Amino acid sequence: MALPTIDADVADVPADGAGGGRVVTSPVRRKLRLPFSPWHLLLMPTALLFLLPLAQMILASFMVDADLNRYPPRFIPTDLTLNGYRQLFQQSSMGQWLLNSTIVSMVAVVSHLFLCSLAGYGFARLKFLGRTTGFFLLVSTIMIPIQLLMIPTFVMFAKVGLIDTLGAAIVPWLASAFGVFLMRQFFLSLPVELEDAARIDGCSTFGVFWRIVLPLARPALATLTVFTLLGSWNDLVWPLIAISNENNYTVQLGLANFQGARRTDWSLLMAGNVVATLPLLVAFLLAQRHFVATMSFSGLKS
Amino acid sequence: MTTISVWTGRTGASKRSLRQSLTGWGFVAPATLIVLGLTVFPALWAFYLSRRNWDGISPSTPAAWSNYERLLDDPQLRSAVSHTLVFTAIFVPASIIIGMLLATALNRQIRLVAFYRTAIFVPFVASAAATGILANYVFSPQFGIANAALRVLNLPEQQFLESDSQALLTLCVISLWGEIGFTVVIYLAALQDIPESLVEAAIVDGASTWRVFWHIKLPHLAPVTVFATVWQTITALQLFDLVFTTTKGGPLGATQTVVYYVYYQAFQLTHYGYASAVAYILFGFTLLITVGVIAYSRRVKMEAF
Repeated sequence: MALPTIDADVADVPADGAGGGRVVTSPVRRKLRLPFSPWHLLLMPTALLFLLPLAQMILASFMVDADLNRYPPRFIPTDLTLNGYRQLFQQSSMGQWLLNSTIVSMVAVVSHLFLCSLAGYGFARLKFLGRTTGFFLLVSTIMIPIQLLMIPTFVMFAKVGLIDTLGAAIVPWLASAFGVFLMRQFFLSLPVELEDAARIDGCSTFGVFWRIVLPLARPALATLTVFTLLGSWNDLVWPLIAISNENNYTVQLGLANFQGARRTDWSLLMAGNVVATLPLLVAFLLAQRHFVATMSFSGLKS
Repeated sequence: MTTISVWTGRTGASKRSLRQSLTGWGFVAPATLIVLGLTVFPALWAFYLSRRNWDGISPSTPAAWSNYERLLDDPQLRSAVSHTLVFTAIFVPASIIIGMLLATALNRQIRLVAFYRTAIFVPFVASAAATGILANYVFSPQFGIANAALRVLNLPEQQFLESDSQALLTLCVISLWGEIGFTVVIYLAALQDIPESLVEAAIVDGASTWRVFWHIKLPHLAPVTVFATVWQTITALQLFDLVFTTTKGGPLGATQTVVYYVYYQAFQLTHYGYASAVAYILFGFTLLITVGVIAYSRRVKMEAF
């Protein structure tokens, strides 16, 4: 197995001395060399460890009861069936929950993209009284944790009649301080000249934002979409508190409560898990770059 | 710059500055009002609630500081605090060390590296509910693959989440599985920011892999480590979802965490006042740790914020 030697930042490039490696290590080291990078010894078992539970989830969702109830249990099914999925949709309102979560996430994403980029642009480019104070106040709210907010928010939503409606799940996701912060940082990195030119040509402030700046903000908007999608689709605490009517459950809440009723009906529960995870999993595999960008942005820049 | 003089100067341009302010607030007001209305306002209300006794139905009565006094002497809360601290003490260092190690391994051009990265990030996408339900299956004493693997290795089978001595540790393992992707990604991004010339120069000078890591890479990773410590500590102190979907605080209260206790007090016993007081103390504690870590990192000159 020929190894690439372009590994600029690794000292243990294959030092075959024949000009392939840049570094010639001692002869003793050379004898110990594996036919592949030693990092595979760490990464291969780790990768399998991370994938194995997911593999079991998918396999078990297609298993027949005979395989599931055996002791010791089977990992590879002898027979495949869609019974788990069929029962899931018959015995729970999973279809409705999927629809609810889709609505929540779609409204969350659209509202987030619009409101956060609007505010981000305002804080980045427009000059107005109270800008610095407003931005500082907004960003400092990132520190306030959910457990502090859940009781008064519950009471507040109950007063306006939002509790037990889908709206209760949506409203907290209309905008976020993180989103405004992310968009502001992005707009600050754009050159001003283009906007100045458009303004001289008679474009209104909103026109500049909508027609010139927003199309340039696609990478940041993608990051914000991923952030909002992950957060709103996977949220459990808040729907758990705010929604008790089964018809208005989100997928995660439905799944969590369904589990309580069907403790060991594994094919059913795993089918539910697959259905709840699949949309984000597919999105992740299609747009892995943006997911990673979101995670590293929230890591490095906040 | 010029607009600042516009605000202070009493020129005819003040009308223009008013218009500018209105435009500005027109842009930022919707998001700002929503966010402040859903954070600052309820946070202040929570403080008010923490000094009342209220069950959500009958009129509330003033409680002064009695809710705060009561939490000093609450054995259930004390055990919730100790579980949360044990969890944090294992989860945070483990996620830093494993994250750094995996990121170092993933930061090279070897075969399959794209596959490895995907495999390690994928669990991060799964929700806490899905992770919890999956964990119930994987760690099920009878049907799970965890015990199946132990059987293959001829090791004794374990009770995992059903044992009061192992449940918290099992939760730690599950959390690491689900969230290590985050630390790996931020470390990976930081490693890729290190100028290659720096590393190459060291290798040319004969530095070993270990010395390169210790003297060049590690100092570069210090700011990210500060951030990751703060972030993972906050995450660990707020553990709730996973507990809710796996053990529900059991067995025998062994996995009762502080936030789970807040939830239990507020939404099952409707002790809104007391629950708010506990939430406030946790918030204060989190804030203290965050500020402490940042202040310390500033003093040793490795700024992350």
